[in-house]
Amino acid sequence: MTWVLANIEQIWDLTLDHIMLSVPPILLGFLLAVPIGWVAHRYRLSRGVLLTVCGLLYTIPSLALIVAMPTVLGTQILNPANLIVTLTIYAVALMVRTATDAFDAVSGDVTQSATAVGFGAWRRFWQVQLPLAGPVLLAGVRVVSTSTVSLVTLGALVGMSGLGYFFTNGYQRNFATEILVGIVGTILIAVVFDVLLVLAGRMLLPWARVDAAARRNARTARTKAVAA
Amino acid sequence: MIRFDAVSKRFPDGTLAVENFSLTIPSRTTTVLVGSSGSGKTTLLRMINRMVDPTSGSIRIDDDDISTLEPVKLRRSIGYVMQNSGLLPHRTVADNIATVPLLSGVKRAQARAEALTLMDTVGLDRSLADRYPSQLSGGQQQRVGVARGLAIDPNILLMDEPFGAVDPLVRSELQQELLRIQKDLAKTIVFVTHDIDEAFLLGDQVVLLRTGGQIAQVGTPAEILANPADDFVDTFIGADRGRRALRIEEVSGRQVVIDGTGRLAGILKDGAPT
Repeated sequence: MTWVLANIEQIWDLTLDHIMLSVPPILLGFLLAVPIGWVAHRYRLSRGVLLTVCGLLYTIPSLALIVAMPTVLGTQILNPANLIVTLTIYAVALMVRTATDAFDAVSGDVTQSATAVGFGAWRRFWQVQLPLAGPVLLAGVRVVSTSTVSLVTLGALVGMSGLGYFFTNGYQRNFATEILVGIVGTILIAVVFDVLLVLAGRMLLPWARVDAAARRNARTARTKAVAA
Repeated sequence: MIRFDAVSKRFPDGTLAVENFSLTIPSRTTTVLVGSSGSGKTTLLRMINRMVDPTSGSIRIDDDDISTLEPVKLRRSIGYVMQNSGLLPHRTVADNIATVPLLSGVKRAQARAEALTLMDTVGLDRSLADRYPSQLSGGQQQRVGVARGLAIDPNILLMDEPFGAVDPLVRSELQQELLRIQKDLAKTIVFVTHDIDEAFLLGDQVVLLRTGGQIAQVGTPAEILANPADDFVDTFIGADRGRRALRIEEVSGRQVVIDGTGRLAGILKDGAPT
């Protein structure tokens, strides 16, 4: 505890760095995965290829990818872009399948009827398909967010900032408290992100909870009817 | 007036849904397309708002060949009500009803005010305006569907088995409601169903279809009942089972009507119905 108090400033700085490194991959991953997922949903032929490629991306060892990035991007070894691009690739790999499932999950009846009352393709996407894919997309982003926050710690192995520094430094100094602070800090960031995402979901998708409650009620009513 | 002229539709998988179909649907009346599954009735309905384009033949609304009209604009000018309501689950009742006006650029406040008026028209309590569709009963959802169909005051209203998924009691309520609305508004309604009783109840003109959109008979319900064109029609309307064959018997000095199964259907009264 004394160590924590003595180093509170460094802990705070590294936490901020950690957050700054986590947010871009989550956002970029989402923004890239949604259109790719939509294409995979819309065009049957592209589906197999896209989903397989994204699945394979995830199997590339993360450390190898970070180390290779400067060569691929032509950046300096300590440029945060190396880590951000790497983690974006993982975010996309994780998110594309969920995004595809999210669009698949939108009821065909609803899209049909939207077309029938005069939504053009563009408005139908933005006003019907995307919001209705929202709950599943949100579930996907929550996984990506947690996974990204934890992967940022890997950056410490190649000299990047973030709470991962406490892992490498604590390991070298054989100092458990420091490692523990790194772990707890990372978990806290992940939890805060998750809570923020859930709150954002409640604000943006107010109907989703009502829908879920209605389905639950229908189910209990059915179960009761069967039991009676 | 809607006119089908030698319309055929072959789907990409090779099925011939409709073959050489011609029909005139008069304005401001209800025309019911009735047939079992595979009769092409829904395909025919969807051709009117270009959800499906015919392989050959032409469809005219008044004098416009609809293949020359822009599909999205055409659809916004035609009311559409489908089975399971097809409401947008992420929008409130009022917003659902206002869907088409909002798409066409009507101001939000005005669209909402009109939506509330339409809720009165279809017999929905205004307190439901801010609920989501999943919070309503099946019957209420269908009413919202009808209100949405009426929202831009279209000349034409297409209804694809709109009451097929609700229980019989609610269905009969909704049917009566539709008759009442139609009496006031006099739209050109094209209604699809597989239920012959519903067809006879709602239709000014009934079109009986067999497989592939072949017309078995067209006429008013009375004409079809009085004069079934063939055995197919006979079977379809249930005349062959004697269900519609009523006879009069005298019981304790009064004339009662007995149906084909020997059950009491009602009492015969003199004079025209009031």
